[in-house]
Amino acid sequence: MKITRQEVLHVAGLARLELSEDEVDRMTGQLDAILTYVAKLDELETTDVAVTTHTQEVVNAFREDVVRPSLTRQEALANAPEQNGEAFVVPRVIG
Amino acid sequence: MNYYALTMHEALRRLDAGETTSVALTEAILTRIDAVEPSVRAFVNLDREGALRRAEQADVERKTGAAGPLCGIPLAVKDIFCTTTMPTTCGSRMLETFIAPYDATVISKLHQAGAVLLGKLVMDEFAMGSTCEHCAFGVVHNPWKAGYIAGGSSGGSAAAVAADECYASLGSDTGGSIRQPASLCGTVGMKPTYGRVSRYGLVAFASSLDQVGPLTKDVRDCALMMNSISGHDPLDSTSIDRTVPDYTQALVNGLSGLRIGLPREYFGAGLDPEVDAVVRQGIAMLQDAGATIVEVSLPHTEYCVAAYYLIAPAEASSNLARFDGVRYGYRDRSAASLIDMYKQTRSQGFGEEVKRRILIGTYALSAGYYDAYYKKASQVRTLIKQDYARAFADCDLLASPVTPTPAWQIGAKSNDPLAVYLSDILTLSANLAGVPGLSVPCGFNHQGLPIGMQLQAPHFGEELLLHVGYNLEQRVDVAGKKPVIAS
Repeated sequence: MKITRQEVLHVAGLARLELSEDEVDRMTGQLDAILTYVAKLDELETTDVAVTTHTQEVVNAFREDVVRPSLTRQEALANAPEQNGEAFVVPRVIG
Repeated sequence: MNYYALTMHEALRRLDAGETTSVALTEAILTRIDAVEPSVRAFVNLDREGALRRAEQADVERKTGAAGPLCGIPLAVKDIFCTTTMPTTCGSRMLETFIAPYDATVISKLHQAGAVLLGKLVMDEFAMGSTCEHCAFGVVHNPWKAGYIAGGSSGGSAAAVAADECYASLGSDTGGSIRQPASLCGTVGMKPTYGRVSRYGLVAFASSLDQVGPLTKDVRDCALMMNSISGHDPLDSTSIDRTVPDYTQALVNGLSGLRIGLPREYFGAGLDPEVDAVVRQGIAMLQDAGATIVEVSLPHTEYCVAAYYLIAPAEASSNLARFDGVRYGYRDRSAASLIDMYKQTRSQGFGEEVKRRILIGTYALSAGYYDAYYKKASQVRTLIKQDYARAFADCDLLASPVTPTPAWQIGAKSNDPLAVYLSDILTLSANLAGVPGLSVPCGFNHQGLPIGMQLQAPHFGEELLLHVGYNLEQRVDVAGKKPVIAS
């Protein structure tokens, strides 16, 4: 086994997902099959191989730090599930 | 011939010649949508009134000489592009009611070009899938055969073009999501070089792999769409500042002097014999057009699925962290604490394939596993890039199948995600290396299901792809063949 039920629950917690008992069982089997398959990469010796995180030879794109038009507060809040006209409203964080 | 069945360039010619109007084209397309949409189910959202309003405007622009290059052409786009005039669901419950506060750059560019936006097209949720079975709002059917997948994740974009429900569409391609559905639905589809087209306003799946591109009825239409959407965008720091050519200039007959490489790994075990035969016939036609055929090797092809299904989910798990029920999208309102609100919102808002990939990605990035999985995959990505560099020393571009098989029946692989991942083996490497790829219709199997040829070129080789794709299109006997759709 590449991954246990316990590990799936741990990872789900990190990802802020809550899985039903059924889902945990199914995901454990499927993730195990996928992780067993990707272990294929271990066939390759890569100690001295550089990582690729970007495919083009580009450098960071800097810009002047100037004030430009952006969303109004109203526009930014328009899609919020809950807001009070000034801010996003979430369940109480500090008791 | 009905207006809806025209290619985009033919529709443009008639508009230019004053033989028809944008309103007439738009009405013809809307009638066509009414007739076939119950069978195809490509649209999430159709904006009839908006489209007709825009078409009237376009007709005025044409009369006053203010027409853009796509003025009055009804188009549709994958529901992954932010639009201010209609919802952007990304195929997810999570974004069912989301109305973006800005247009994606490619949407603004289509508006500037004068296009008519018909609506938004079905996709696998958050672009994760190769079948369009993972959309919260229904499954697309292949216009060529009811009950068969259209491919994915840009399945709605391919099916709508194949079914004449729009003149052209936009999709996005993270691991084959434009080329694969294009191939399965018998349309042209291009994944441009990473950085050629702005990703601003494209809902992010895997940011180092995602690229926007067109799906069209023929290669000339693809060139026209590329003319309108390409170019540097200050709002996307990964877009590249490089002159945009007139891509239609690449559409010339004859391929003398060109060397086309056949990657031997792309013709290996698991390739459907009919796909193999149809693509080889197409390659023989390219040879007839003057190209030299050479065999090349991309030795790390067999590792691309493993590398991709670590890198893409890792990036996705990070990108999708933003869907937390606070600023936009779905929220579970029953939760008492913030953490429970996050968990319940995400668990109810995301579908199963998205959860699966978030879990794989989170696992691959988690403490103790990063080196073994994410770093290793990123190193293998370098080896795959080097494969292309070596192959392109011996040839100008690569020709191969797009997919190992034609479309399969809806539901046939629903319980085996790994089997579906493995079907992406011929398209994933282009994204890992950032090179452009084109899918061009090449023929049909015995069931009448389309088979495409994939062409891949070095970075910014889009003109080469269009040149060779055009020559293939001139020679294969698929032009003008249309699916018969029950209505």
